[in-house]
Amino acid sequence: MILYAAPMILIGLGLYAIMFKRNLIKIVIGVGLIGAGANLFFITLGYREGAVAPIFTMAPSTHMVLPMPQAAILTSIVIGVAITALMLSFAVNYYKSYGTLDSAKGRLKG
Amino acid sequence: MKEMSVIVKTLAKLLFPFTMMFGLYLVIHGHLTPGGGFQGGAVMASGLALMLVAYGRKRVVKKTGETILPLLGLVLFVLGSVEFSNFALGSHAEAVAFGPNAGALLTAGTIPVFSLGVGIEVLLGLGLILLMLAMGVEE
Amino acid sequence: MRYIALAALLVVLGFLLLGAAQLHPAGYPGKVLMDDYFINNAQEETGSNNVVTSIVFDYRGYDTLGEATVLFTAAVGVTMLFTRRRGK
Repeated sequence: MILYAAPMILIGLGLYAIMFKRNLIKIVIGVGLIGAGANLFFITLGYREGAVAPIFTMAPSTHMVLPMPQAAILTSIVIGVAITALMLSFAVNYYKSYGTLDSAKGRLKG
Repeated sequence: MKEMSVIVKTLAKLLFPFTMMFGLYLVIHGHLTPGGGFQGGAVMASGLALMLVAYGRKRVVKKTGETILPLLGLVLFVLGSVEFSNFALGSHAEAVAFGPNAGALLTAGTIPVFSLGVGIEVLLGLGLILLMLAMGVEE
Repeated sequence: MRYIALAALLVVLGFLLLGAAQLHPAGYPGKVLMDDYFINNAQEETGSNNVVTSIVFDYRGYDTLGEATVLFTAAVGVTMLFTRRRGK
């Protein structure tokens, strides 16, 4: 049960950063934290007690962990990188329009 | 922006070829050791980021040019055709001893070709994102 | 107003931890027929020693093709946000 508590704490910290911080870069860091917590939880589901990595080159034994979640989170990590890149380019354009990185100072005009 | 000092520039110039070679090693040995296309491509893009931070945007663009985007489309087309041919012909495999063994490099059919295509595409895609963000930040 | 938001965040965190406490104990998954098939048969069907790479590039190759398209779309999107049309 201790193994499942760490990703949940990461998701809680990410939610705190999104809800209570006003700087745009800190909000982007919070979104990245939620993604990291979700990927860590998915990998922890596929763990077998006392097993080695699923690679046959000089393997100590053939009792291996499940390989399917590791193949699934490769795609998820790359999609997280794409989301972070697009959010950072939005932050750069926001700074060019309003002159500040504070999210409470920019309001829709007109 | 201020220029970086001589120590930073010299160390970046020394570390850059080793970083690219390590990334290429991770890509090519993808079917024998932990690694593969995405991991090696990310390491190579981090080498490009090291040169971008140490030398500034103008000198890096002079070396790589602005023609990254058509190369990216070509690599994606090659990737799709390799995947289709792998599906159409059946995955061609050589004989590999069963159970734990020391791996040989020339096995596993079209997996190294696919992995090399993905590695090049990740390097070019992340490099393009880094260059565009560096152009948007400077003023 | 901040105290209502803090209380809501603590309620969500408690809900997550309560859900994690009722899963099966970590390290003993139940019946996993698909992963056992991958571990036993990936070496003679694909010829590679790395089971994860053979899943990503051979058994589930179309997912990798879709993900390469997502990365390409993200690079094109960032380029479009920073290019300004001159003239016209």
